[in-house]
Amino acid sequence: MDLYNNQKSTSKIKRDASVNDRIPDGLFLACPYCGVQMYNKQLGAFRVCDHCGYGFRLQARERVELLTDSFEEMDSEIEMMNPDFPGYADKLARAKSQTELGESVLTGVAKIEGEKVALGIMDSYFMMGSLGSMTGEKITRLFEYATENFLPVVLFTASGGARMQEGINSLMQMAKVSAVVAAHQEAGLLYLVVLTDPTTGGVTASFAMQGDITLAEPHALIGFAGARVIESTIHEKLPKDFQRAETLMTNGFVDQIVPRSELNQVIAKIVKLHHVTEV
Amino acid sequence: MVNIGLNLFKHELTPAEVVKKSREDRFLAREIIDGIFTDFVELHGDRLSGDDMSVIGGIAALNGTPVTVIAIDKGIDIHDKLSKRNGSPEPWGYRKAQRLMQQANKFHRPIITFINTPGAFPGKTAEAQGQGEAIATSILESMKLTVPMIAIIYGEGGSGGALALATSDQVWMFQNATYSILSPEGFASILWKDSKRADEAAAVMGLTPKDLLAKKVIEYVIPESRSHTRVFNLMRKRLDDEFKQLNALSPQDLIKQRRARFRAF
Repeated sequence: MDLYNNQKSTSKIKRDASVNDRIPDGLFLACPYCGVQMYNKQLGAFRVCDHCGYGFRLQARERVELLTDSFEEMDSEIEMMNPDFPGYADKLARAKSQTELGESVLTGVAKIEGEKVALGIMDSYFMMGSLGSMTGEKITRLFEYATENFLPVVLFTASGGARMQEGINSLMQMAKVSAVVAAHQEAGLLYLVVLTDPTTGGVTASFAMQGDITLAEPHALIGFAGARVIESTIHEKLPKDFQRAETLMTNGFVDQIVPRSELNQVIAKIVKLHHVTEV
Repeated sequence: MVNIGLNLFKHELTPAEVVKKSREDRFLAREIIDGIFTDFVELHGDRLSGDDMSVIGGIAALNGTPVTVIAIDKGIDIHDKLSKRNGSPEPWGYRKAQRLMQQANKFHRPIITFINTPGAFPGKTAEAQGQGEAIATSILESMKLTVPMIAIIYGEGGSGGALALATSDQVWMFQNATYSILSPEGFASILWKDSKRADEAAAVMGLTPKDLLAKKVIEYVIPESRSHTRVFNLMRKRLDDEFKQLNALSPQDLIKQRRARFRAF
């Protein structure tokens, strides 16, 4: 029995306590969707799980690199006037330095495979992509610019929903952006939405679901209410893929699920098919 | 000593008290409809998937003028409340509202919405049928209406579920109603991980009519009275006056003004 219960044997090999400190963070990752462990480099430039095709969350600037031939940023200087909610100013400052963005969305004029578009990319690393009044302002200005210059709008959504710190002003952004979506629509211009992980709450309940054409990335979480809120309301567990892009497509809310590496070609193709022909 | 007595009756309610009051069944949707309008004809269904009982809709006369009325109702007794999920509409409730708005547009009828909802229903079917899309489309379509629309929050104005029917030319609130991004409980649980701090949250959220009037989120606060008839008479008069002014605008100007109202935020 002693052979198997030998307390001493474990202590013979000394564990180097500092070993964890010497392994860089994020060297090995687990796919948030399928859970398969993989080496960082395995993800490749597009940062896609080679097991299930899930696209890891990207920062807006990373996406610009992957997607566009050229990009000219708009309204980079835009700032929240007086964030008076306790602790909000600090949170904003931290988000700004982490993402190198002024707000939770990056906007500008881009060329994608040669096609000129007004491009907006929301960044889930900036306060969970929440919809602040300046987020709404930047998207609104993007649509106004696009309407004036007869450009299609391509918007990548990623958001946890409303920005609580801004209260009712955050809610009003849903209507504010919808107003310029309406004007852009009436001008006969294309509004293309790409739903990325995660798109939820007030963004889903407004401009994310107002596109002429709606694409999504594989396995992206898309929904209105949070899964936990739903489960505690109906007292049952939700199926695994309940709020994923594939389910939304089955239910009729998504036109196509496009792998990240093909997004630029698909977007360019759709934009091209909407070129205004002279009558 | 005398002052204490006076303060008891004259003191302004705290935000937390307003929240509690807004959740009491002080006014019922049908009572409001019958109190303000005549000849109400109820219309059912969204023509796509069903009829949501929590959204009462129809046509009626306001001082003799035809109008479209859409009201979120919490229900009266327990069965009624359960079938209406305490005033939380399903996607087909919002689509019913959209259908009635389009109809109002066709027949040039002003639209009045009455709102009392903790929020859109967070259910499994609701999610599968596109609760987000239903609200998004309600907001977008409201932006295109060429008829005037006034929204009145008479209890809770919960988040996107309320905004779906409040993308209007004017928004009014009852004296003891609230309008907010989320319930104070939800707000406290998200920001401070403690839903018990709801009263504290109510105080910082700015959800009372007074706060919202100052922010120009709403245009008018309807004073409440124990005599509901008095409240309804006042509202009938004011609705009539406001619609007369809004009707004087061309459809283009009306849309421009409505969009500018929200562009300001």
